[in-house]
Amino acid sequence: MSEGIGTRVLRKEDKRFLTGKGRYTDDIVEPNQAYAAFVRSPHAHAEINGIDKSAALAMEGVVDVLDGHQLTGDEIGNIICGWGITSKDGTPMNMGAWSALATAKVRYVGDAVCVVIADTKAQAQAAAEAVDVDYNVLPAVSNVLASMADGAPQIHENAPGNQIFDWEIGLKDETDAALAGAAHTTTMDITNNRLSPNPMEPRSAVATYNEAEDHYTLYTTSQNPHVARLVLSAFYNVAPEHKLRVIAPDVGGGFGAKIYIYPEEITCLWASMKTERSIKWTSTRSEAFLTDAHGRDHVSTATMGFDANNKIVGFKVNTKANLGGYMSLFSSSVPTYLYATLLSGQYNIPAVYADVQTYYTNTVPVDAYRGAGRPEASYLVERMMETAARELGVDPGELRRANFVQEFPHQTPVIMAYDSGDFAGNLDQAKAAADVAGFEGRKAEAARRGKLRGLGYSNYIEACGIAPSAAVGSLGAGVGLWESAEVRVNPVGTIEILTGSHSHGQGHETTFAQLVSDRFDLPTDNIQIVHGDTDKVQFGMGTYGSRSGAVGMSAISKALDKVEAKVKKIAAHVLEASEDDIVIEGGEVKVKGTDKAMGWHEVGLSAYTAHNLPEGMEPGLKEGAFYDPTNFTFPAGCYICEVEVDPKTGVTEIVQFTASDDFGTIINPMIVEGQVHGGIAQGIGQALLEHAVYDDDGQLLSGSYMDYTMPRADDLPFYNVNHHSTECPGNPLGMKGCGEAGAIGSPPAVINAITSAIGNNNLSMPATPAKVWAAINEVSAAQAAE
Amino acid sequence: MDMSGEYRIEASIDQVWAAIQNPDILKAAIPGCEELDKTSDTEMSAKVSLKIGPVKAKFAGEVELQDMIEPTSLKIQGEGKGGIAGFAKGGADVQLAADGDETILTYTAKAQVGGKIAQLGSRLIQSTAAKLADKFFANLKDQLANT
Repeated sequence: MSEGIGTRVLRKEDKRFLTGKGRYTDDIVEPNQAYAAFVRSPHAHAEINGIDKSAALAMEGVVDVLDGHQLTGDEIGNIICGWGITSKDGTPMNMGAWSALATAKVRYVGDAVCVVIADTKAQAQAAAEAVDVDYNVLPAVSNVLASMADGAPQIHENAPGNQIFDWEIGLKDETDAALAGAAHTTTMDITNNRLSPNPMEPRSAVATYNEAEDHYTLYTTSQNPHVARLVLSAFYNVAPEHKLRVIAPDVGGGFGAKIYIYPEEITCLWASMKTERSIKWTSTRSEAFLTDAHGRDHVSTATMGFDANNKIVGFKVNTKANLGGYMSLFSSSVPTYLYATLLSGQYNIPAVYADVQTYYTNTVPVDAYRGAGRPEASYLVERMMETAARELGVDPGELRRANFVQEFPHQTPVIMAYDSGDFAGNLDQAKAAADVAGFEGRKAEAARRGKLRGLGYSNYIEACGIAPSAAVGSLGAGVGLWESAEVRVNPVGTIEILTGSHSHGQGHETTFAQLVSDRFDLPTDNIQIVHGDTDKVQFGMGTYGSRSGAVGMSAISKALDKVEAKVKKIAAHVLEASEDDIVIEGGEVKVKGTDKAMGWHEVGLSAYTAHNLPEGMEPGLKEGAFYDPTNFTFPAGCYICEVEVDPKTGVTEIVQFTASDDFGTIINPMIVEGQVHGGIAQGIGQALLEHAVYDDDGQLLSGSYMDYTMPRADDLPFYNVNHHSTECPGNPLGMKGCGEAGAIGSPPAVINAITSAIGNNNLSMPATPAKVWAAINEVSAAQAAE
Repeated sequence: MDMSGEYRIEASIDQVWAAIQNPDILKAAIPGCEELDKTSDTEMSAKVSLKIGPVKAKFAGEVELQDMIEPTSLKIQGEGKGGIAGFAKGGADVQLAADGDETILTYTAKAQVGGKIAQLGSRLIQSTAAKLADKFFANLKDQLANT
């Protein structure tokens, strides 16, 4: 069969997406639907003296105007952070209260203060303008350096100095000793720029309270509707779990920003109960910039030490991370366990130590964004390696090769135990594909055209397949990170796969069907993937951290094992043969070496008619499984970027981008390549263009596409994507995950290429023409001075 | 955001000094001003309709004149709320100097904007503000010429 593992099956979901027939949350229309508009703070930090709703309430179509005091009065719980981090001194993190609608104080521009419910969207928006909130404006801080300064305004009472936690990992004394004895050390100050997530579909919610059934339904743009239901009921008290159905229908991209349960979903559910109306809210793009959780925003200092043979002896990092005005769901895990655990990179480093301080600022909360912590780690490690190679006067690829981990499993000093990989194989493949040998010739040719050509490496590693439940539980996670699946074979032999993963662009409807097709030799057209509805699927942890293949498909695979065993039992019974002799192929269930066979659909029918089943066997053909991974998975690879910089303008053109990835088993190469293309595009966006900027008063200056630059087709090269895989020993399918690698691996390759071209390591992201031009002139000025 | 400017006005320093405190003249000179009322000797309230980039809003504001040294200098402190469009606040130090029959007016101003104006229009504010200032002083000249 040609639709199994490893084949380029076209995406089943694309017919509806490409013809405009996807069904997104905003497409849902409920009878008696009203619209919500939020009144948001224009101030970054202010006390709320009072709210005058009278003018808004008097306006046409307005159903109600609800505020935070009413919300907390109904005992709607504060928004939680799901991962507890313990500081160096043993104290828990300082989590400030976050109410879905602010009561006493607002802490960032866009913080929701009231919700207006009206018959039409226009009426709701007009009335929201008429709500008069009296603020006592307070001084604000918008970055970690301002937040940690003496005398900085206090954002949460229980976080003195605005610090949330001061955490450490690794071997402090050993690292200090190694660096003290090093033959060479490289030290860099490295900032990871703050980003706005930009899923094509903005967030949206349609909430309905049915009084007669005392039941709630929420359609929402979620990457993990089951987690949303759990949190909405267990922590926010909006509705009991068995009285709440959460549906995430087609979702147009997530990138992390749709993991979290935001104030708007909570408020819409509660407001539906208060007003007895279905309530729809869809974010405007302006609201998305202000309120979708941002990503990155780290300020770090790092020192790496080498011995006389250029072997790394120690690596020490201090990072200060901005978590925004409140702690979002996974915010605490991103700059800690998803970041510092990857600081060993692809390298055998005997001593690694990192400490991380996190701070509140008057900005929107910062949380996971494609890669979540791992892009920050790989950017740091790979810029250090490239800079160290230049300082040591050795080839950057060869410095890496000399330090690669070569034996597996490999225990790093920062928790992770790498299970497999061939880092030198990826380096060799990428170097050959990128024609590194011909670079000097291309550079000379570019120089004749007046261009500066540079080449940069990035040998990234990341941790996916999150995650072993007991392991993450011991590190502070509030949930287990297993996945569930159910396989239903219908009486006519068609198959429905129910999964707790959620697809919002990843193509699960195709790849998951390919897994089943591969197992039972059936066309993918006979297989339907069901996800994103808590009334259909029992439970699941959703999609993020490149977990749907390694964890979600492993759960399906386990359930398929059970179905396969039952199918063989039924066939052996009917065909009067031994189970061991039954094979499934070509749409039939056969006795090996004979012409005895049943059609696949006949086995299904036998299971449901139950006229002739083995003694004691239950009727039906439906099996479920939960899969809890045994380890993280470790996708890794080598990216090589080649750029040409125009020294007159500072404009960078990416002329070549080569990837060699190790994702383990690949189900659909076309979809994997698409993931790599998209990831690299986002990484190039971070490296060259994107930057979420607040002014010193906490006003968001990059609040629209006029000021926030997304990568466009003409900013991007044609990618040269290659695979060199080692099988992941940790899961039955050998998969590692591919969803984030491109965004994790590409930024350092781009910056290393530019810094190589201009001969100045002092360059920060985004490398805009102005910054590159200034960096070029810094070099010229230094040369002139000599 | 910082701004500054210098204008030559064809009127005596005393006339200019009086004009910049006269609500009728100010109302006619401030671009988009719909209402302007004096609430005390040094305080005024105003309603101004403005468009900054894609944001159009009606601002309701309070203006206070401070540190008045007749007829050579004063400080204008103001704050306006534009509803969902956001807010603007700031102050200007204004200096007047006689130059024969005419007056040289110089000012330096500091302004802060927030909300939607900052989010959508931050790049346009400097140029918009400069344009509004030019228009204001041109209008002021006209008003003085008419009196």
